[in-house]
Amino acid sequence: MDYLLHIMILVAIYSIFAISLNLEMGYTGLYNFGHVAFFGIGAYASALLSLQGMPVWFSMVCAMMIAGGLGALIAVPALRLTGDYFGIATLVFAEMVRLFFLNERGLTRGPMGLPGIPRPSFIAEGVHGLPMYLVFCVILTILVFLVIRRVTTGPFGRALKVVREDEYVAQALGKNAFVFKIKAVTVGSVLAGLAGAQWAHYVSYISPGDFTLNETILVLLCVVLGGRGTNWGPVLGACAIVFFGEAVRFLPIPPDFGRFVAPIQGMVYGLILVVMMLKRPEGILPEYRSR
Amino acid sequence: MLRVERVTKCFGGLMAVNDVSFNLAKVGITGLIGPNGSGKTTLFHLITAFYALDEGRIFFDGKEISRRSPHTISRMGLIRTFQQTRILPFLSTIDNLIAAVPDQTGEGFLPNFLRPAQVRREERRNRERAEEILEIVNMTHMKDELAGHLSYGQQKLVELGRVLMASPRMILLDEPTAGINPTLIRQLVDIIVRLSERGIQIFLIEHNMPIMAELCERVLVMDSGSLIFSGTPGEAQEHEAVIEAYLGRRDHVA
Repeated sequence: MDYLLHIMILVAIYSIFAISLNLEMGYTGLYNFGHVAFFGIGAYASALLSLQGMPVWFSMVCAMMIAGGLGALIAVPALRLTGDYFGIATLVFAEMVRLFFLNERGLTRGPMGLPGIPRPSFIAEGVHGLPMYLVFCVILTILVFLVIRRVTTGPFGRALKVVREDEYVAQALGKNAFVFKIKAVTVGSVLAGLAGAQWAHYVSYISPGDFTLNETILVLLCVVLGGRGTNWGPVLGACAIVFFGEAVRFLPIPPDFGRFVAPIQGMVYGLILVVMMLKRPEGILPEYRSR
Repeated sequence: MLRVERVTKCFGGLMAVNDVSFNLAKVGITGLIGPNGSGKTTLFHLITAFYALDEGRIFFDGKEISRRSPHTISRMGLIRTFQQTRILPFLSTIDNLIAAVPDQTGEGFLPNFLRPAQVRREERRNRERAEEILEIVNMTHMKDELAGHLSYGQQKLVELGRVLMASPRMILLDEPTAGINPTLIRQLVDIIVRLSERGIQIFLIEHNMPIMAELCERVLVMDSGSLIFSGTPGEAQEHEAVIEAYLGRRDHVA
């Protein structure tokens, strides 16, 4: 039972993370390969503030603002680049952020990580707090889902899609493509920061090794699998990926082969990504219906 | 309304547009013709700031637009189309049109929550207007179809409809009739005439001479980056330099 709660909490957190990437990748066409950076910034910021004695809700709000602010700051130079080059720049940024966590020992304790991150005061620590933490995460996920659905089904989402489809047309129609991209990255970073903060307060211990390219690939997979540019897609993708990831634990694997499981799992993720891109690039839930 | 003063643009050693000046003062339809590679599309790119000028100045409605960005020029009411039709393939036909409305309140993130009623009202009004315009361009039956599924000619009509949604004061059309069938050409020409009658200034690049002669009061002719002629279509067809530009020099023929 507790294990099921654990999985559902992960689904809720990954849903927000995937929704945030989808806003950039699905709606705006920005291939952000460093999205984990903002998840990590949110996690570290919220953890450090709450460890200083700040209330958890306050730490989380600050973490979102810090992630969003850094997102906007990095987006301005990175968005001077287009297509693949933007992807490379974000990839490098994420690596820089990870190295910062690893080496700024005075602030982050480096590879030793940050233990003892508290949960919100109304939620018990340990296993007893799980149901309440799930409620907390689900409420936030629903809230984020509704906010993003509201903006993406209206003029804002349409303008993002115009930028995605054809930047020149966007400009010819009087839309400042650059500003729309900045907005998408900023909102995406705020939400990634929220997901990271939720995660840090849930697992109570974070270290730089939690924020690698693997996490970016995983969330990318959620979005691609579920359906880019849709609202339910990232949520569905998060469910599928988290359940798949956890299901592997129950496979009857002989102890001697245990050390191969993780790399094989990574290979399977990669395989899913390749097969999806080749066979069904629009994902399980397509953005548009072809007649 | 549109004044171009001594505009020059080089690509490496190539003078794509060389010291071009003209003034389109009164409302009407003006044509821009010239052989392939003579700099017509480059001139359009310069006017709409998709290319940066090397030299010269451009004024729209009395204000200098030479150093502005494409989207600010568009918002002033100077709207263009592209030579290669650029519809938004994964948006529905009607969304292609609605997207063209400038300054929608709901295009901001926060107004969706701070002023939801206004966003909804605008959206409803824009949708109604898009439906009217789809009626004008005869595309109502395709309104919910993905624009990428339309035929080339239909995409041209949608593109024209999109320009109308942007409330233009002047339209730059880059070869609106290229590659479409005669029936659709008729339809496009009718729409262009109606727009002009509504007081929208039109400046178009076109290779179809009979259509130019029918539509335009005035044509400009470019050759190798320079403006070589300005006058009525009839005069252009008699003009020595224009004939040379299209057919080569006469005195080379023995």
